Amino acid sequence: MENLSALSIPDINCLIKKGDIKVHELLDKAYKTIEQSSLNTFITLLKEESYKKADDIHLRIKNGEDIDILTGIPIAIKDNICIKGHRTTCSSRMLDNYVSPYTATVVERLENKGAIIIGKTNLDEFAMGASTETSFYKPTKNPYKHEYVPGGSSGGSAAAVAGLETVAALGSDTGGSIRQPASFCGVFGLKPTYGRVSRYGLVAFASSLDCIGPITNNVADSAILLETIAGPDSMDSTSIPEDVPRYYDMLTNEINNVTIGIVRGQLMDIIDKDVADVMEDFIKGLKFTGITLKDVTIEGFDICIPVYYIIATSEASSNLARYDGIRYGWIGNTKYDTLNEMYEVRRGVGFGKEVKRRIMLGTFCLRSGYKDQYYDKAIMVREKIRMSFEKALKDVDVLLLPTSPTLPFKIGEKIDDPVSMYLMDLCTVSISLSGLPAMSIPVGYQKGLPVGLQIVGRRLEEGTILKICHFLEKNGLASSNIENL
Amino acid sequence: MQEYEAIIGIEIHVQLRTNTKLFCSCPAVYTDEVNTNVCPICQGFPGTLPVLNEQAVKLAVRAALALGCKVNSTATFSRKNYFYPDLPKGYQITTCEHPIGENGIINIDNRSIRIRQIHLEEDSGKLIHMKDESLVDLNRAGFPLIEIVTEPDIREPKEAYIYATKLREILRYIGVSNADMEKGELRCEPNISVHIKGEPFGTRREIKNLNSIKQVEEGIRYEIERQIYMLKKGKTIRRATLLWDEKSKITKEMRRKETEEDYRYFDEPDLPVLCIPHSLIKEQEKQIGELPDDRRDRMLKQYGLEKKDIDILVSRKALADYFEGVMKNSNNVKLTSGFILVELVGFLNERGIKFENNPISQDKLSEIICLMKDGIITRTVARNLLPRISERGSPKQLVKQLGLEKIEGEKELESIVKNILNKHPDEVSRYKEGKSGLFGFFVGEVMKTTRGKANPKVVGKLLKKIIG
Repeated sequence: MENLSALSIPDINCLIKKGDIKVHELLDKAYKTIEQSSLNTFITLLKEESYKKADDIHLRIKNGEDIDILTGIPIAIKDNICIKGHRTTCSSRMLDNYVSPYTATVVERLENKGAIIIGKTNLDEFAMGASTETSFYKPTKNPYKHEYVPGGSSGGSAAAVAGLETVAALGSDTGGSIRQPASFCGVFGLKPTYGRVSRYGLVAFASSLDCIGPITNNVADSAILLETIAGPDSMDSTSIPEDVPRYYDMLTNEINNVTIGIVRGQLMDIIDKDVADVMEDFIKGLKFTGITLKDVTIEGFDICIPVYYIIATSEASSNLARYDGIRYGWIGNTKYDTLNEMYEVRRGVGFGKEVKRRIMLGTFCLRSGYKDQYYDKAIMVREKIRMSFEKALKDVDVLLLPTSPTLPFKIGEKIDDPVSMYLMDLCTVSISLSGLPAMSIPVGYQKGLPVGLQIVGRRLEEGTILKICHFLEKNGLASSNIENL
Repeated sequence: MQEYEAIIGIEIHVQLRTNTKLFCSCPAVYTDEVNTNVCPICQGFPGTLPVLNEQAVKLAVRAALALGCKVNSTATFSRKNYFYPDLPKGYQITTCEHPIGENGIINIDNRSIRIRQIHLEEDSGKLIHMKDESLVDLNRAGFPLIEIVTEPDIREPKEAYIYATKLREILRYIGVSNADMEKGELRCEPNISVHIKGEPFGTRREIKNLNSIKQVEEGIRYEIERQIYMLKKGKTIRRATLLWDEKSKITKEMRRKETEEDYRYFDEPDLPVLCIPHSLIKEQEKQIGELPDDRRDRMLKQYGLEKKDIDILVSRKALADYFEGVMKNSNNVKLTSGFILVELVGFLNERGIKFENNPISQDKLSEIICLMKDGIITRTVARNLLPRISERGSPKQLVKQLGLEKIEGEKELESIVKNILNKHPDEVSRYKEGKSGLFGFFVGEVMKTTRGKANPKVVGKLLKKIIG
């Protein structure tokens, strides 16, 4: 029974079907681990509801009903994804008391397959951050070294998966918020193609970049979660209409004719040696797998940070305008003499520092007289970046590059230096701007801390990414059990 | 003497007649109890996304075509960002930057008013002001609107009146909106500047809260006079948004605009670019049918009625359709138009029934008119029949049943007339002394006794014969 959560979803499914384990025991184990943990991964636990669902599932199994692969599997959800009747805080004082009146499409799809949402995980306030330190509910800790950050913004989800507090989790990724914490916590994190997964019910940060994706302890679990949550949704006009392949069935132990493009060049000048060393080691290992390697140059990584921050904050400044405490959210108990005073107090107190910084930055970038210099130009450069990635992916199946330019850093180390925090997104934002799918996989560790690398695929080719990553995992080149690497 | 000239442009918001709101499936009904036709999407709850109502696009395209606009093959949604409690998302989704239609025209009398653009957008909610607090009703939030923006082509308050009237008529004709100003289904916001002829244009001021087309004219007239007065006194005119006060008939400054408000427009990332296929445009062209101007011309030629009557008939599509429907069988222009415009409209007005809900079918009315035309019943009897016509049976049978046929026989009428005169010896002697006005009294008494069935011409002739 030890480390039950370290088993894969298909393994657990087998045990449940055979009657070797009850869903209740899975929940007991998860909640016990959470309660004993000091990582501060969850904001809200959905214990009562979870056990009720476990009772139902137990009955269904007793009645001989056939159950789905996800039935009874404990899943954690980042707390910027809505579940009807439960708090959705976005780690903000602004939404501390906010209870959502509806359920996000992704949660609905998971629950339809019998998955059990055990709780909602910590994040940077409104997903703005790379360390989970901007949370109103205090920072989450890195499971490997508690004085280090777990990355962000999906730090709660990544740490919960790595700390075996849940079997798997959903995160959201705007500029790296799934991949970077997955890298920092030594787990797998997949950001799908923009539009592959419905955003309905994901509290918007930057609408043209936001994606929901899985964070798991192995590739198979990511494949199962993605094929469940992906696909067109009539509630999200930006969701892609194409059908979803059966990703899990695509995973095999053999792969043929695969070419990986290795992105070094200019990028490596900015990458810390600790990370670069792990990447070179990994590449050495790749040479014995039969995979063809090819050097690929992509210029302009340095421009991606300003382009990303202009677009993301511009959209955020508009997306966060709705928080005025009128219909919901933090209202304080002051009486206001003027409308402006009401906005000032509620938004001034309700939002944290980083959120306000980004709202102001975005407001500035969209102002008339400035918009053409900032926002409009960033949109043009974004198109160039997208084209250069498309070109790079013409001759290779996937690209390989680091997820984070550094190892996890200490809690408090960068929180007062927003620019150095923004630079943490160096390797991830370009892919977000291109809308491409990418998975961060744990491939090594340095100084007791995990290091992840990104495998980037073509648009809608999550299947290729998952296939290759699964192959690498089976060949011992990637694992969430990083001591085994 | 310096001659002043006013430059007037008008922005008109029109609520489209769709079943549901622009971006969610809430019923587009805001007369219900406050905050009942709302959902997470139109209330701007976190995580919700807009999904476009295709019917609204169709109606917007239809309106653009009817106003002579070029319909763009694509339109892009933008966010117009501003803070106000009735705007739940903190931004309005609008196609104002890349509109549905452009470069249209409306002809008023001998001039043309150019329409700059027509764009599709969502309505805001409503504030309800209480004694010491304000409450928000979001029933209207997310209603589909089109905004129709003119070029500054209007010069006179009367022209604004005619423009708005024509526009409303067209919108009702093509079925895109009820366009009732009192209900806020059509909102007219003129902007006015005044300058000395030959000199550069003056500073624009915009008037809101005009609740009828007549008020639009009044508001503009007031503002022109005020601006001229200010200019003559050497004062500068400041940019401002004004509120029309219906009671005192003056404008009040609502907010001063020091500079152009900055709405930080950018493309709405939650909605793809709107493609308007050629097939949709073709389909909507077919939906437009005959426009009021064309119909006036045609009906003028076809029926040879007076322009005044044609104008009234055409002003409401239901009325014109009804007239033409009745005409098919009645075949008598004068009787038909007169009876519909005076008797039928009067009958409906007395009962507070809208013409659109007129209970008397075209067939039945044409039958009544034929009975009049053939001299079987009098106009008075015909009018008195209206309340009973919705009962079953044809008017013809009803007339027979109730014995309402016209009495024309001089013999029959003569005894009735004599009877009346015998009953009123005083009046007869006064009449003979010169009180000629009493003639009508005698006719009326005869009609009363015959329940309107007597032919008034014959009655008159008989009276003249008997009492001179």
